Amino acid sequence: MKQDIILAGVGGQGILSIAFVIDNAALKEGLSFKQAEVHGMSQRGGAVQSHLRLSSRQIYSDLIPRGEADMLLSVEPLETLRYFDYLSPQGIVVTSSTPYMNIQDYPELDAVLKKIRSVEKCVIVDSEKLAKEAGSSRAQNMVMLGAASPFLMLKRENLIEFIRVLFQPRGEKIVEINLRAFELGSDAAKKL
Amino acid sequence: MKYEILLGDEAVALGAVHAGLSAAYSYPGTPASEIMEFLIKASKRERSFKASWSVNEKVAYEEALGVSFAGKRALVSMKHVGLNVAADPFMNSAITGANGGLVVVVADDPSMHSSQNEQDSRFYAQFAQIFCFEPSHHQEAYEMTRAAFDVSENLGIPVMVRLVTRLSHSRSRIKARPPRKQNPLSYGLGKDWTLLPVNARRRFKVLTEKQAELLRLSNESEFNSLELNDSDQSLGIISSGIAYNYVLENYKSEPSRLSLLKITTYPLPEALIARLINHVETILVVEEGYPFIEQSLKGVFGVKGKEIRGKLSGHLPLTGELSPEVVRQGLGMKALPKRQLEDFKLASRPPQLCSGCPHADTYEALNKALESYPQANVFSDIGCYTLGAFPPYNAIASCVCMGASIGMAKGGAEAGVYPSVAVIGDSTFAHSGLTPLLDAAEANTNMTVIILDNAVVAMTGGQPTFATGEKLVRMVEGLGVAREHIRIIEPLPKNFEKNVQVIKEELEHKGLSVVIASRECIQEVRKRKKKEELD
Repeated sequence: MKQDIILAGVGGQGILSIAFVIDNAALKEGLSFKQAEVHGMSQRGGAVQSHLRLSSRQIYSDLIPRGEADMLLSVEPLETLRYFDYLSPQGIVVTSSTPYMNIQDYPELDAVLKKIRSVEKCVIVDSEKLAKEAGSSRAQNMVMLGAASPFLMLKRENLIEFIRVLFQPRGEKIVEINLRAFELGSDAAKKL
Repeated sequence: MKYEILLGDEAVALGAVHAGLSAAYSYPGTPASEIMEFLIKASKRERSFKASWSVNEKVAYEEALGVSFAGKRALVSMKHVGLNVAADPFMNSAITGANGGLVVVVADDPSMHSSQNEQDSRFYAQFAQIFCFEPSHHQEAYEMTRAAFDVSENLGIPVMVRLVTRLSHSRSRIKARPPRKQNPLSYGLGKDWTLLPVNARRRFKVLTEKQAELLRLSNESEFNSLELNDSDQSLGIISSGIAYNYVLENYKSEPSRLSLLKITTYPLPEALIARLINHVETILVVEEGYPFIEQSLKGVFGVKGKEIRGKLSGHLPLTGELSPEVVRQGLGMKALPKRQLEDFKLASRPPQLCSGCPHADTYEALNKALESYPQANVFSDIGCYTLGAFPPYNAIASCVCMGASIGMAKGGAEAGVYPSVAVIGDSTFAHSGLTPLLDAAEANTNMTVIILDNAVVAMTGGQPTFATGEKLVRMVEGLGVAREHIRIIEPLPKNFEKNVQVIKEELEHKGLSVVIASRECIQEVRKRKKKEELD
């Protein structure tokens, strides 16, 4: 059993928080994992990505080979397309439909979403709307983790446990918002 | 012991702590910063060893060398170009030798994710004639750092651990082993550490005489492995560090086909290489960085009767980092099917200054002030403000190495550039800007230095700075810059007109001026507010 996931987003959107939850859940379940991430200059509002590999066997490369990702999980629709060539022919896309407009030449959103829909298996959720519903637009990353959760090889209760661990230092209210965001994302994905 | 989740950088740091570390020093730089971040946190918790940021890599190295002189174990970590700054003590520490274990961790950045070149630190290890480890995964990063301290103490030499970005910044699980105690205080011998020619000649001979032992250690290292396959002797692969992973990634369904040598120690394990070469017809060298191994094998005349493939032969790219698919191609395997964007045009999303960044206000004021000087040139330095090279600012014309802005502005001014402007951050100024400013003050060069004082090392994640606020002003004055030409501005939109005026006045001054643009990094303000809310 293995699952290779490309996490994508814009610097500051919290994709490393998604990675934290998945890494720890994987450790708890006794899986091997490797997670390559981007630090430094690119974090300043630029495109960021993380290669996250889970397996019941030994993992070699820290990077996922192009064409082998089982999932493309993105907090931003244009960023989904940036890593399109990593997705395997059978892979699934789980993406937000909320654009992050910090560049001049952002393509037509409809064209972006249309391209994403060309993948047979795709889950598109309005992460901004659901995060606001949960209590904070900053919780879009947890909405997206929730949307991916039915398709991950990890137990749901383990994901929830480490969302708690991650946000505990910032108080119970923040924990509740993020758990709600996770649930809303998860429900939205199941409805599709 | 239980598994724990660590970055490659952190695995190295933990290995050092468990090896009985007494002190660690570093200067922030991607992809090495997380080594010291981890050590500082651990030292606050355990209080048994010292870990601190130094003002630059040279100072960090010298501090570590002092610890080694005193018989205790020291770690010094830096990014690849940091070793250029520390090259003087580094090269000479091979001559003095190490007393307590001295390990230098250097993180190379192939593909220049956050760097100005992709130099390969293995050449430095070879140049200094010291031992070098190159881990391929996290557990090895931990184990090899521990082993590096042993080699350093057993052979009395500094030892390098070479990392690359993809290991430094990859997270995985590792299992630690019980830690050992620190060394007691025990001074080095003055005649070994005083590199007067009479001593240095003797010490250099000692170093060269140790080379046979280094080679033996490399040949016999448990971290290297050689598999010879008798069924297919056409191709053999030599790979090192993380490049080894990319080879296995492509062979994972058919590992039995391979003759494969994994190299993780330098000097090169010649005996293992000879065995592989004698076994196969063609050798493919897969290594991250420059073609270090390939070049050594090829030499001037090549290996008689054998074909050596790698970066020099064009089977792998000479620039940029490796990837599973690049190595796949080098191995002559068919590419995996992948999705195409076809006619869809992707917009790039480069990094940019944060909304509300003080540098943005400074660049806007500077650009306005320079409007009436078509011949003006702005020499920049290394930090977030290098992003001023991009639109909408297009404000700078150079970025070379730490501190270069001031020296280049002086050289430029002396060649006829007017106005000649240097832009440098507070931490970069402390790192390497003091000495060139002393030079410019002595000559009273007609140039304007703008110090962007945001009170932090921002680009690498907010480490403390050594030169900010009132102390920075006094430092600049102490270097000999006339007090009336040290001007302080607060880069905020509401001060735009005023700031343009100040910069213009100093551009017009026929001599050296320093304008200090002082406002805290917006990320730090946010972090502080968040912390206050929690408290």
